[in-house]
Amino acid sequence: MPGWLYRRLGDRLFSALVVGLALGVVLAALAIVWVLYQGGREALHTFGFLGFLTGSRWDAVRGEFGAWPPLLGTLLTSAAALFLAFFPALSAALFVVEFAPRALKGAVAYLIDLLAALPSVVYGLWGIFVLVPLVRERVELPLFTWAAAHAPGLLAFLGPPTGIGMLSAILVLALMIVPYASALARDALALVPQSQREAMYALGATRWEVIRRVVIPYARAGIFSGVVLALARALGETMAVTMLIGNSVNLPYTLFGPAATMASLIANEFTEAEDDLHLSALIAVGFVLLLIALATNLVAAWVLRRMSLGEGRK
Amino acid sequence: MEGRYRMETQRLSVYYGKHHGVRGVSLPVHDRKITALIGPSGCGKTTFLRALNRMHDLNPIVRVEGRVLLDGEDVYAPEVDPVVVRRRVGMVFQRPTPFPTMSIFENVVAGLRLVGVRDRKRLMEAAERALRMAALWDEVKDRLHQPAVGLSGGQQQRLSIARALAVEPEVLLMDEPTSALDPISTQAIEDLLATLKDEVTIVIVTHNMQQAARVSDYTAFFLDGELVEFDRTEKIFTNPKDPRTEAYITGRFG
Amino acid sequence: MNLRRRYLRDRVMQGLVYLGTLAVLLPLFFILYYVFVQGIGALDLAFFTRPPAPPGEGGGGMLPAIVGSLVVDLIALALAAVFGVAAGVLLAEYPDHPLNPFLHLVSDVMAGLPAILMGLVAFVLVVKPMGHFSGLSGAVALALIMVPIITRATEGVLKLIPWEITEAGLALGLPRWRVILSLVLPAARGGILTGLMLALARGAGEAAPLLFTAFGNPFLTLNPLEPMDTLPLKLYVYAISPYEDWHRQAWGAALLLAAAIMVANYLARRATRS
Repeated sequence: MPGWLYRRLGDRLFSALVVGLALGVVLAALAIVWVLYQGGREALHTFGFLGFLTGSRWDAVRGEFGAWPPLLGTLLTSAAALFLAFFPALSAALFVVEFAPRALKGAVAYLIDLLAALPSVVYGLWGIFVLVPLVRERVELPLFTWAAAHAPGLLAFLGPPTGIGMLSAILVLALMIVPYASALARDALALVPQSQREAMYALGATRWEVIRRVVIPYARAGIFSGVVLALARALGETMAVTMLIGNSVNLPYTLFGPAATMASLIANEFTEAEDDLHLSALIAVGFVLLLIALATNLVAAWVLRRMSLGEGRK
Repeated sequence: MEGRYRMETQRLSVYYGKHHGVRGVSLPVHDRKITALIGPSGCGKTTFLRALNRMHDLNPIVRVEGRVLLDGEDVYAPEVDPVVVRRRVGMVFQRPTPFPTMSIFENVVAGLRLVGVRDRKRLMEAAERALRMAALWDEVKDRLHQPAVGLSGGQQQRLSIARALAVEPEVLLMDEPTSALDPISTQAIEDLLATLKDEVTIVIVTHNMQQAARVSDYTAFFLDGELVEFDRTEKIFTNPKDPRTEAYITGRFG
Repeated sequence: MNLRRRYLRDRVMQGLVYLGTLAVLLPLFFILYYVFVQGIGALDLAFFTRPPAPPGEGGGGMLPAIVGSLVVDLIALALAAVFGVAAGVLLAEYPDHPLNPFLHLVSDVMAGLPAILMGLVAFVLVVKPMGHFSGLSGAVALALIMVPIITRATEGVLKLIPWEITEAGLALGLPRWRVILSLVLPAARGGILTGLMLALARGAGEAAPLLFTAFGNPFLTLNPLEPMDTLPLKLYVYAISPYEDWHRQAWGAALLLAAAIMVANYLARRATRS
């Protein structure tokens, strides 16, 4: 083979191969959007996009599908889990960067990263056999017996004291998203220049004042992106939630009762869906979940860019 | 006889782990004068400076021995709070350190906010006073509420000075405050020093001997962590006692 | 505000930070403890060598799920590696290529998508045309999860390779493709390996996208065109079952999975260092 052929043809072939495969990645991403839209079209068509979103009845037998209960379930559990997770996550990040003695830093950071790597089903398993009994015996039963004795009117709102339900799902979800929020916050805090801290100390600040007024504001973009990553994680988290939330497609009416999220609904019903409309409705739920996840990502990117511009870092 | 000077160190030593960075330095700091610390890099002058307001407390591997007297009281005495010391002994660093999430105004009053000053009028007065002292007022008075990072490097450094002055410290420590600046900004800060010393005692570390000669009243020459010579500036630069000082100021080493 | 109050606040906040950290670490210890204590008893010889026993009978093991996990995860990794590494090479070595802005966006966004959606996509694209569930469709779903991880890791490490290496190769008269294949990629081997291990660790723990793709299969099979079991799938099915012995085996599967993922993460860290 002559030299120029080897060069020209080789370079051509190689770059064509690389570009082709990379194009495959882009196409795969587009395929995700297209497939979910196409798959859900029948249901979206039947009920209308808004009708599908706001319909509060999900009844496979009658062929009536409204995504509002799982949509609400997803939003409620994710928001509650994020609320619970935020301060512990930030605390753990602050602990590692600002407080821990050097010997402890690495160990704590490693443990938290480990928490992120544990599979969802393992959390679910632990939830079923450790957390659910705990919630039932220590929270729900006492509440239930108290209500039975003193306020029977409340019983209807408490739901059955089984331990299975939104509360358990939220607790495990919070635990699962902590490491995501924490790891990014930690990276951002560690990037705050020591000179910033020293400048505040030199004004006569206590350690907390330095953290509160200089370190956290400086790292806010990273902290925020950790929160969004955690939120995205919570929105789509499937297995642990499916195992704990009780999977009821009725509108959630109590923190202790069963509910469903979009992801848990898909996981729970997909293999049992017999007719096309049911299947399509489930894929449509997936499409809505996709839209929410995309929106979360885009909002995050936008705010992140604005925040870093505001800081004017070089 | 203690309390003759605004500040004074007695056999001050600083250890970085095993490394003996400052070796038994005894140095007076005269009230409302500018004391310059000079010497080749690595001679311990910055380490010495940071011992004066207990900045070394922040680094667990650093150990300080000896005494640092502020108005006759040892700032390392067990009952003394480093937060109080740093409030009385302010510091300006090599590179400007504006707080990027704060406006110019908020940067200047950051120290006052710490002690709970909330009164808008008082904060504004203090900010104006400090910015005027730092010769920055005229340049920023129309954009006090814009981000501090929009300022030029020289302006940022004067902002750092204003921020340090706003809490009305008795002593201001400056660690090579012009080394990251262009000549015009350097000039502005040197001019500023001359007017500041009426109100505040200044200790300045500089690697620039001309600067020390121009701005300071007293000069201390450091070498390998030791204080080689301390005297009035004109004496050091015209008639040094120690041959090593002479070698350094005539540019024969370092 | 006087100094004592400021210090009080300092102390209180420090206490809260410690408390918050404890609130993270304690449950983690709790989880690891349970997984270990409950799981270690389940890991007997039968667990590794026997197919599952019929429901409620007791005994039996996880052999099909272990083999299935290996087959599905490795096919997924192979698929994802080809596309992911190529995309990373394009991003790092052909920085001006018009596809790159899209590729950046896509790999960022894909990494943030819920894993279960990948299962839906693989169901529509693979299971439906084939007419039945299969290990292969599960591998496709997992590959979609793995690709952005590998792409980012590859791009990251390739950008760290000094330009001099490329220049030196080109100066020797080597064509561009030889330089990338024989000089740049080998130099970046550690980092790419890290990306692959991280992707594997992530994919190996997923059950959601496999529910309606790999589906599960109580019989041992090596054929990826048939339905296959994997450890996370089996763990899920056993965990929600009413049988005590299956619960025991679920803990065993949890321990095995956790251990495997820890090892993969450890290898990933080590590959970066070397």
